[in-house]
Amino acid sequence: MAEAGEVRESGVRESGRAAEEVAPRPEVGAEPGGAQGGEPGLGRGREPGLGTRGRLLVLLACVLVLACVAGVAVWRAGARAHEKDQAQAGGPAVRAGTVSLAADGGRRIVFRSMAWGPHRDELTTVPAGAPDGPRTASGVKCLRFYAAGGTGICLQAVRGPVNDTYRAVVLDSGLRVTRTIGLAGIPTRARVSPSGRMVAWTVFVGGDSYAGTNFSTRTSILDTRTGTLVPTLEDYTVTRDGSRVRAADVNFWGVTFADDQHFYATLATGGHTYLIHGDTATRTAVTVHTNVECPSLSPDGTRVAYKKRVPGASSDAPWRLYVLDLATGREHATAEHRDIDDQAVWSDDHTLVYAMPGDYGSDLYTVPADGTGAPRLLTRSALAPAWLG
Amino acid sequence: MYVSESRGSTPAVTAPAARGLFPGRSAVSATVLALGAVSLITDISSEMVTAVLPLYLVTGLGLSPLGFGLLDGVYNGFSALVRLVGGHLADRGGRHKPVAALGYGLSALCKPLLLAVHTLPLIGAVLALDRTGKGLRTAPRDALISLSSPPETRGRAFGVHRAMDTTGALLGPLAAFLILRQAAEGYDAVFTVSFCVAALGVVVLLLFVPSRSPELTGPAPATAAERPSLRAAVGLLGRRELRGLSLCAVVLGLATVSDSFVYLMLQRRLGVSDRWFALLPLGTAAAFLLLAVPLGRWADRVGRWRVFVGGHFALLAAYGLLLSHVHNGALPYAVLALHGSFYAATDGVLMAAAAGSVPAALRSSGLALVQTGQAAARFVCSIAFGAAWTAWGDRSALSGAAVALALSVVLSLRLRRDARDAGSPRDAGSGEDADG
Repeated sequence: MAEAGEVRESGVRESGRAAEEVAPRPEVGAEPGGAQGGEPGLGRGREPGLGTRGRLLVLLACVLVLACVAGVAVWRAGARAHEKDQAQAGGPAVRAGTVSLAADGGRRIVFRSMAWGPHRDELTTVPAGAPDGPRTASGVKCLRFYAAGGTGICLQAVRGPVNDTYRAVVLDSGLRVTRTIGLAGIPTRARVSPSGRMVAWTVFVGGDSYAGTNFSTRTSILDTRTGTLVPTLEDYTVTRDGSRVRAADVNFWGVTFADDQHFYATLATGGHTYLIHGDTATRTAVTVHTNVECPSLSPDGTRVAYKKRVPGASSDAPWRLYVLDLATGREHATAEHRDIDDQAVWSDDHTLVYAMPGDYGSDLYTVPADGTGAPRLLTRSALAPAWLG
Repeated sequence: MYVSESRGSTPAVTAPAARGLFPGRSAVSATVLALGAVSLITDISSEMVTAVLPLYLVTGLGLSPLGFGLLDGVYNGFSALVRLVGGHLADRGGRHKPVAALGYGLSALCKPLLLAVHTLPLIGAVLALDRTGKGLRTAPRDALISLSSPPETRGRAFGVHRAMDTTGALLGPLAAFLILRQAAEGYDAVFTVSFCVAALGVVVLLLFVPSRSPELTGPAPATAAERPSLRAAVGLLGRRELRGLSLCAVVLGLATVSDSFVYLMLQRRLGVSDRWFALLPLGTAAAFLLLAVPLGRWADRVGRWRVFVGGHFALLAAYGLLLSHVHNGALPYAVLALHGSFYAATDGVLMAAAAGSVPAALRSSGLALVQTGQAAARFVCSIAFGAAWTAWGDRSALSGAAVALALSVVLSLRLRRDARDAGSPRDAGSGEDADG
């Protein structure tokens, strides 16, 4: 009983009632392999030659070594990050200046410059005729960007106390902020309707501890005239072959506008992707083609350039750049045979522009839309271009 | 202070030693605290990676990680298998510590591997390997916790362990983001630090967790059924108590909607804004952290079984709130608090209850069996819930889940009458007695 009393004191002393309920029982002492087992003080018995003090010393030594490795890794990464603020040798020249998104004012390209230096990640502009020439930087940083009809959409990171959050910023032609919307995840696609009224974007959501490796996308559409925001296309009524699509696993991404009411986008469900044709007035969409990701409608509205998962491609590089003729439903490959992971843009009715991974951020390439020719480098260290003027 | 690992020795020795770390407050054995520390450290490491992974894939590597979750289903099955294997291996010769160390070590080695691979399939493979390590170590670790705690305080021991574990999970993302603050786009630094932290976890395990469980150092098990053979592990299901408990865990698991669906419902039904979406799991974790110890202790007092089933009432209440038409700013907090208390009342408590129905020599296999049954049931529920959502919409799917959960609770209470008091302290004790 004296032994059991000890247990009570150490174990459940904070509650007198509990102590009574966990009545002293013989089995506590008679636990299999108790002291009778002949190994009192496991800590001593197990690691011969290493007392508590010895083990603490070993621990201390390990902590010191590991802390050094960790410290060096962080220091090196920090130094490397700092290096990116210095202009790279042979990189494009970038100067601060004025960038306009106005519909007039000469044919030009506005894009996110990824060139190392003080203007890294800022919106920059170059004349359409000299894509590789000196860049004029705006001071506005964006991860993703698009502009049309005097309206710009800039998806940017916001430095928080601990981690970065993201927001969508609607810009007028003078790059002034007209609306700011918090984002649920990492920006990936952005588009503006030709008139500049409708704006859409897609973010990746996921990666929290419970969702594991399950990522999903969220695509939102904003009417800048009325201020109406559809936070997710999942609120749309989507039909496929006449029946409503209502799966929990639906994901939408890559909106491309035909006009202020109609758009195309990608819908994924059940392991397949579909090109959908949507209507912002009725909030409905229908599937029109399969195996289409990140569609991009040609300026004349007749064709869609997109990423197609091709059979036989390796699973880490599954996509090729294709063009679909909407009237005939016929599709053809472009002359770009490398894997592509971008929502292409049309610089005119015959030419596609898209980003490829490069040495300093990504590089912009161009290829004819009709399947002829060969891909050509447009400019280095650039992403998310929009042709204006 | 490590002397207290000898909880199986005479209580007179145990008592002062067990109070070594928190004098007068805690009677949790040093082994449990050591295992808790290992889990805390390891969770910091793994959550560091989890927190930056999407960012790394999208902005670091420029990949589109969609369809990434497709392998999850396949992998869940494999993970269950690994868990059973880990449980069985640990029981053979009482090798809990080596098998756990193998699991922790494997996960640690995956971190530098992440630096070497740059494509989605390979990254997926590394993550799968990481989870293999997790599967291997879970059952031996839980067995060690139960073997180094007196039966009547097991609920508390598991509570302390789970609270420490969850603390690590909350600290991990913080550590990762602080590194990215120091070094923009320094994902390699995050992975390297994550490896160092994981390695430290393995070191703590090797140094401070006893390699032989006290309960296994006694006389050899009397009957063949308690020798840790594969046949004995399978034969565990012939034990009425354990079978009853496993059945209940499965039945209740079949009505437990996966966390991601709960968060999705929170957002869709209660209008949680996008920018808070990523923080929802933190709410659950915070409630889990705060309640794990109190509910574990409560389970020791009133019966683990009661608290385990009671936890499902919390989940049922969470479903109810999600289905309600009330729109109140406090509702999301209430749902997360209920969700967290569901975990606090069930996760460690189930292990504490199961430990009482499994002989010490087969502890690891037995716990693996219960865990696997529960995990498999929850996986089936996820698939069914997804299908119901597709067919009838989210609200009807959740209503169905709520009804199923209520029925499961009723069924469990009936099953319990068959395997009476399986998890109560008294019976846990007598279960131990039978083993000796």
